Amino acid sequence: MRQGVREKLARMSTDEQVLLRPLVETSRSFYIVATLLAATTLWGVFAYYSQVRYGLGLTGLNRPEYWGIYIICFVFFIGISHAGTLISAILRVSKAEWRRSITRSAELITVLVIYWGAVQPIIDMGRPDRLLNVFLHAQLSSPLMWDIISIGLYFASCTIYLYVPMLPDLAIIRDSGIKAPRLYRFLAAGYRDTPGQRAKLERVIGVLSIIVIPIAVSVHTVIGWIFAMTLRPMWHSTIFGPYFVMGAIYSGIAAILVAMVVLRRAFGLQQYFKLIHFDYLGRLLLLFSLLWFYFTFAEYLTAFYGGEPGEMRAFWAKLTGPFAVPFWTMVLGCFVIPLALMSRRSTRTPRGTFIAGIAVMIGMWLERFNIVVPTSVNPRWEIESIGRYVPSWVELSIMAATFSGFILLYMIATKFIPIVSIWEMKEGREQSVREVADRVAEYLPESALAAAAEDR
Amino acid sequence: MARWGMVIDLDRCTGCAACEVACKSENNIATVPPEQAEMGRAISWMRVMAELEGDFPDTAMQFYPRPCMHCDNPPCIRVCPVQATYIDDEGIVGQIYARCIGCRYCANACPYMVKYFNWYGPEWSQSERQHLNPDVSVRPSGVIEKCTFCHHRLQKAREDARADERELREEDYEPACAEVCPTGAIVFGDLDNPSHRVASLKEDPRVIRLMEDLGTQPKVYYLRPRE
Repeated sequence: MRQGVREKLARMSTDEQVLLRPLVETSRSFYIVATLLAATTLWGVFAYYSQVRYGLGLTGLNRPEYWGIYIICFVFFIGISHAGTLISAILRVSKAEWRRSITRSAELITVLVIYWGAVQPIIDMGRPDRLLNVFLHAQLSSPLMWDIISIGLYFASCTIYLYVPMLPDLAIIRDSGIKAPRLYRFLAAGYRDTPGQRAKLERVIGVLSIIVIPIAVSVHTVIGWIFAMTLRPMWHSTIFGPYFVMGAIYSGIAAILVAMVVLRRAFGLQQYFKLIHFDYLGRLLLLFSLLWFYFTFAEYLTAFYGGEPGEMRAFWAKLTGPFAVPFWTMVLGCFVIPLALMSRRSTRTPRGTFIAGIAVMIGMWLERFNIVVPTSVNPRWEIESIGRYVPSWVELSIMAATFSGFILLYMIATKFIPIVSIWEMKEGREQSVREVADRVAEYLPESALAAAAEDR
Repeated sequence: MARWGMVIDLDRCTGCAACEVACKSENNIATVPPEQAEMGRAISWMRVMAELEGDFPDTAMQFYPRPCMHCDNPPCIRVCPVQATYIDDEGIVGQIYARCIGCRYCANACPYMVKYFNWYGPEWSQSERQHLNPDVSVRPSGVIEKCTFCHHRLQKAREDARADERELREEDYEPACAEVCPTGAIVFGDLDNPSHRVASLKEDPRVIRLMEDLGTQPKVYYLRPRE
C-alpha cells in the first residue's frame, strides 16, 4: 500500500478503514489462488475450443442421454444465483435489520454467477454459431424461450439491484480518492448523498426489492418447467416449478454462508459477519433442509404410489439401482448433514455452517444430476432403455472452469467493491437502532406506547 | 388434403431389416464408427426393434419396425425454441437442418426416441460417398435429424403427376422402407383417402398405435400379430 493511500485511509471512519482496505491491499495468497483459478478457467476454455472444433461427440453424451453435465451445471448455477437477490430482497422487504452486513456479498454472488449459469446451455448447443436463431425464429411455446426471457429479465434486474444500493459506497470511494479516481467518478454517476438523492435512492431500492422477487421465482420455476413440460417419467410433474425454486433458494443460502465464512477469514470481517448472522442464516438453512425433505418426499412418494412402469424404472434406478450412490449422497448432503448441524446452536457457528453449506451445495448439484441423468437413460419406451453416461474430460474440464471462473470473478470483484455496504452499516447505527425500538413499541398496546415515549 | 400415414403388419415382418438399410441409403444417413455406435450414437431413422417374448423354451422374437410416428400432436414441435421442427399441411413432421441450434430438447420430448443427433460431422465410406442421394440434403455436425417419410419422393411424385397433368395416385409415392419390404408388411398412403389401402387397414381390429395413451396421435399404425 502506498504512503498516500495509507494516510487517506487513516483519516476515514472505522467502517471505511476495514471495508475499503481490501480494495487497496492485496495479499500474496490472493495472487496464488487467483493464478490457479485462472489456469483452470483457461484449461476449460481450451476444452470448449476442442468441443467447438470437433463437435459434441467429445462429450460423453449419447442417445438417449441427450443432456448431461452442462444442463446439470446450468440448473445448479442459476440456482446459486437465487442466493443474493432473492434473500436480500426478502430481508429488505421484511425489514430484517440483521441483513445490513450480508446483502452486498449475497447480491454479488447473484450477478456474477448468473453468467456462468446462462452460458451452460450455449456450451451445450450443437450449433452455437446459430445462437441468434433464438431471436430470429423465436417460438414462444418452447420452455427454453421462457427461460431466455426470464433469465434475461432476472439478469438485468439483479444487476440494477446490485448497482443502485452500491452508489453511496462508490461515491465514498470516489471522494476518498484511494483508488482509480476516473473509474469511480464514472461509476458513482454524480451521486452526492444529498438528502434528496438519498430519499430517491431508498425509494428506488424499495421498488426494486419488490420487483426482483417475482422475477427470481419465475426464473427457477421456468427451469423446472423445461423438464416438467416433457412427457418423460419423473420429469412430467407439477411439483417441479416450486421444487426447483425451493432448491434454488436452498443452495443459494448455502453459497452465501460459504462465501461469508471465507470472506470473514480472508478480510478479517469478524465484526461484520458476526456469530448472530451465522446463527440466523443457519436457522434459515435448517428450515430449507426440512422443506427440501418435504418436497422430495412428496415427489418420490407420488411417483412410487402411482407405480406406473415407466416412472418405476427411473425411480428404482435412483433408489437402489445404478444411481443409488448419487441419490443417497444427495440425501446425506441436503438433509442429514445440514439437519444435524443446524438444529443445534452449538454448531450454528461459522465452522458448522461452512460444513453444512458445502454439504448442501454438493447435495444440490447431485439433486440436479439425479433429475437429469436417471430419467434420460430410462426413457418411457422400455425397449430403448440401454442408456449409459460417463462424462468426458471435456465436460469435466468445462465444469471445473465454471466453478473456478466464478470464484475468480468474485475475488476480483472484492478488489473493486466493498463487500459489506458501508452506508447501510452507517445508516443502521444512526437511524435503525431508534427505528426498531419505536417499531417494537408500536406492536404493543397504546398504554405501553405512551410509557415508552415518556421513557425517552 | 392428404394425411400421410403408415400401417405395419407385424405378422408379416420377418425382421430382415431391409427397411433399415434402404432408409440409410435413400436418406444419406452417415456411417458411425463401431465404438461410437457402441456409445449409442448410431443413426437409424427406421429401426427394427426386437423383443424376446415368452419364457424359455417357448420363446419367440417379435420385431417392430419403428420409423418416426409423424404424430398429429407431436410433442417435439412445441418445445423447439427456433421452430426448426414442424408439421406440414399433410401431416409430415420435418426438421429444418439449417436452422436447428442443436439443443436436443425435441429429442428429449419425443417418447419414441426417433430424433437423432449428429455428434460429429457426417462420414461415409468411399463407396457410399459415390452414390449419395442428390435429392436429400446431408446434415452437418451438431443438428438433429429424423425420418421424413421420404418427403423428397412426394415432391418428385407430385411434379411428375403435374407434368403428366393427372392426380397423384397411391402408387406414385411411398417411402423407401415401404418400397423394399419383401413381405409387404409396410403399407403407406393417405389415411383420409378411402381408396388407399392404409385407410381401410387402419380400421382393422388388430390395430394398435405406440403409446397412444400419451395423446400424441401417431400416424403409424401397427397390426398386432394374430394369436
